[in-house]
Amino acid sequence: MSDTKGLTRQQMCDRLAMEFQDGWIVNLGIGIPTLTSNCDFGDKAIIFHSENGVVGYGPLAAPGREDMHLVNAGGQHVTMNPGSAIVHHADAFGMIRSGRIDVTVLGAYEVAENGDFANWKMAGQKGGGIGGAMDLAACAKHVFVAMEQVTRSGRPRLVERCAIPVTARGVVDLVVTNYGLFEITPDGMALKEIAPGVSVDEVKATTGCNLIVPPEVPVVRLRG
Amino acid sequence: MPKSKIFESFDEAVADIPDNVTVGFGGFAVVGQPVNLCGALAAQGAKGLTCVSNGLRGGATLPEDAPTLEWLVRNEQVKKVICAFTAPTRASQRLVFTEYYEKGLIDAELVPQGTLAERMRAAGAGIPAFYTPAAVGTELAEGRETRVFNGREYLLEEALPLDYAFIRAYQADAFGNLRFRRAQRNFNPLMAMAAKVTIVEVEEDILPMGAIDPDDVHLSGIFVHRLVKVPPAPEGWWPMRPAEIVARAAAQKEAAR
Repeated sequence: MSDTKGLTRQQMCDRLAMEFQDGWIVNLGIGIPTLTSNCDFGDKAIIFHSENGVVGYGPLAAPGREDMHLVNAGGQHVTMNPGSAIVHHADAFGMIRSGRIDVTVLGAYEVAENGDFANWKMAGQKGGGIGGAMDLAACAKHVFVAMEQVTRSGRPRLVERCAIPVTARGVVDLVVTNYGLFEITPDGMALKEIAPGVSVDEVKATTGCNLIVPPEVPVVRLRG
Repeated sequence: MPKSKIFESFDEAVADIPDNVTVGFGGFAVVGQPVNLCGALAAQGAKGLTCVSNGLRGGATLPEDAPTLEWLVRNEQVKKVICAFTAPTRASQRLVFTEYYEKGLIDAELVPQGTLAERMRAAGAGIPAFYTPAAVGTELAEGRETRVFNGREYLLEEALPLDYAFIRAYQADAFGNLRFRRAQRNFNPLMAMAAKVTIVEVEEDILPMGAIDPDDVHLSGIFVHRLVKVPPAPEGWWPMRPAEIVARAAAQKEAAR
């Protein structure tokens, strides 16, 4: 973590989770997005779907209480909520490709103002890690991204066009970074909310594309 | 009476695997990995293998010394891998595979995870190819056939048949009808369907016919050819809790001192 300014990773996920609607089927990518399963959804019923076929998993298992046959897509030992089901990989991805997933929350290296994003291969890397990201990104009803505002070397992750190979094109709806909440609109990338203690100038200086900024930018809404 | 599918050891079950075949390794993260069969194949020494698996190491929650595809790579038994992950999933993780791949000693085909699963399901279902929306517009689709259905672009993907599938199951009867437990199912039934020869490491004692209710069978024994019961640890590999892995690694470090 090169920059601890602004929102914590948990707060980033908490903010995205506020957009989930009652009954949504949610798939979380590895990295920052896994923290979304810790969020408080209040009265909303949220069902977590995992690529390895666990539908309806619950919180992480307590240390020493792990079921050795039960992990989520991040390899974390989770629990199962009442009403859970197990399917095999092809059925789990059948649910994804046929549009049953309401939202996927993914990590990313770069998000472009046209909704392209890249998360499977770093610059100059041979090979990579696609996992389920290409299937999810192409087919989930909504694609949310949670990532740091800048790279370890301080370069913007919000960019005009992705410089590294993309995961999918034109699919991202919403991005949260430690600096704020951004929406991909038909007109480009818009700053919707800003993290406490961060100025609009700081957001602009760390963003690699044109940013639509309203006259008054509200502070990121957070519960509790 | 057909020949029994039950083998006494992992070594016997993999003894006849020749060079230059395609082998699928089931499992996802730490669950359902055919770790014992993988170790036996490393000892057996077949070369020129094309290995199909979700990734190289089955997650960071396997002990460092558990047999995985990494053993086969280190033994120079592997010609090519077909995986959804060819890079480590954590920045701290290092793979033997990466050295071989960067030197050009191993070929790799990177496939989106859902496409990988469906390519094997298709092979097992007698379907030679299908179209999927995954990877459209990416580097993976460059120069490949796409087609528009109902206004949306799809990528043509071919079935992925296997010569051998190595899988792990919770229960089996003598015919090879299988039950998996929790997330153990993952790629395992799909690899079995795609393979000419499916070899299963079974966690519980192999049951007589009729002991599994037909309604409870997850994979028909039609897709299963060889069964081996996993012996208790330490002879057989079993998943460990994260705390157990840490304690074990510490004990090994202490013993090496």
